[in-house]
Amino acid sequence: MNLRILNGESNHGSSRSGAYAQRNTDDHPPAHTPGYKTSVLRSPRNALISIAQTLTEVTAPHFSEDKFGPKDNDLILNCVQDGLPIGERIIIHGYVRDQFGRAVKNALLEVWQANASGRYRHPNDQYIGTLDPNFGGCGRMLTDENGFYVFRTIRPGPYPWRNRINEWRPAHIHFSVIADGWAQRLISQLYFEGDTLIDSCPILKTVPTDEQRRALIALEDKSNFIEADSRCYRFDINLRGRRSTYFENDLT
Amino acid sequence: MKNQAFDEWRETPSQTGGPYVHIGLLPKQADIDVFEHNFGNSLVDDKTEGQRIRLEGQVFDGLGIPLRDVLIEIWQADANGVYAGNADPQGTSADSGFSGWGRAAADFGTGFWHFDTIKPGCVPGRKGSTQAPHIALVVFARGVNIGLNTRVYFDDETDANAKDPVLNSIEWVKRRETLIARREDRDGERIYRFDIRIQGEDETVFFDI
Repeated sequence: MNLRILNGESNHGSSRSGAYAQRNTDDHPPAHTPGYKTSVLRSPRNALISIAQTLTEVTAPHFSEDKFGPKDNDLILNCVQDGLPIGERIIIHGYVRDQFGRAVKNALLEVWQANASGRYRHPNDQYIGTLDPNFGGCGRMLTDENGFYVFRTIRPGPYPWRNRINEWRPAHIHFSVIADGWAQRLISQLYFEGDTLIDSCPILKTVPTDEQRRALIALEDKSNFIEADSRCYRFDINLRGRRSTYFENDLT
Repeated sequence: MKNQAFDEWRETPSQTGGPYVHIGLLPKQADIDVFEHNFGNSLVDDKTEGQRIRLEGQVFDGLGIPLRDVLIEIWQADANGVYAGNADPQGTSADSGFSGWGRAAADFGTGFWHFDTIKPGCVPGRKGSTQAPHIALVVFARGVNIGLNTRVYFDDETDANAKDPVLNSIEWVKRRETLIARREDRDGERIYRFDIRIQGEDETVFFDI
């Protein structure tokens, strides 16, 4: 038997050399969720095929700091034309960690959202809510060595959409994370504490448990409000984590 | 039923990328000019080593209609089978002219997407095995609650494909064909066509990685 004991730090800076823990499908929406009508024709009929991870699934691209502009994480200022955008000034911050509690460093976090009217700057959005000439609605950042991130924005408005005819999304911000392993790739949405539309949203209801739905709600972070300037929300993100290998390493 | 607490968190649940996914991930496609450096669908520059290829296709729903709001990302090794990520333990360094990752959206009119990249080399599999050349691909869109992971293999790699551990782990031999891109040479350019069928007849194999 080829028994190799791997030193934690020997693996090119990663102290965990095994596979990512299995995704718990009960913690996520199923693909086919008839209450969210578009999913009906856009969900596979076959079961997913689970595979044993290889180098392909445990590696991921690296993004270097110098490709980022100074206002990439400031949605209040990164698209201004002739003044500030209209709406509630908020800061959102938090930590990205893996399921074992370890900080996820240098992860690419990208966000996008509607403006204060609930209108998106997108060619396919025809909602009567007005566009804001000083608001773009996208931003991006890298987490620091503690897994911390922070961005500033205008709180998005709720908006109507055609699922049932009178459906309304709660205020939300879309986010995307690319971290250390392709298996961690995640896109989701964050909501705001206290929004009454949260309880009636068919997209949030695709998440099967109340505990997991609550994991998508950003919390009011009062002591971090900035006087006469901005309010603050706290939102943490958890990704899948890698196990260590203390016996055989079958990954390669 | 829990009778013991571990210090372990649940993964943040996935939600659909929605119809306006381009605003955040490909702002140029939504006519938004905010970033100086934008991500895109070209993985090659003058310094990249390897055979240039174009990977293209469409994504179809359960009625056979192309998704025109779909977003696709790929992740692949360089021409020597080495990943640019920090987690590749092979010991050789990757091609410094190749990041291995790209992002594309379907055309709003036709639903066609494409990447300009290189053909990847063979990557080690588990337990000393060798994987056939492949590109990892993930699909995000309105109506898709969690990103759909698949792999692209090449129809001119018959021998390597026959020995590939992941393809061989698909019990339904007929379904393996849905992962093989078809080569065509067009004006001296090497094209691989890879169509993705999310649902129904010839449904593409999707993986839980």
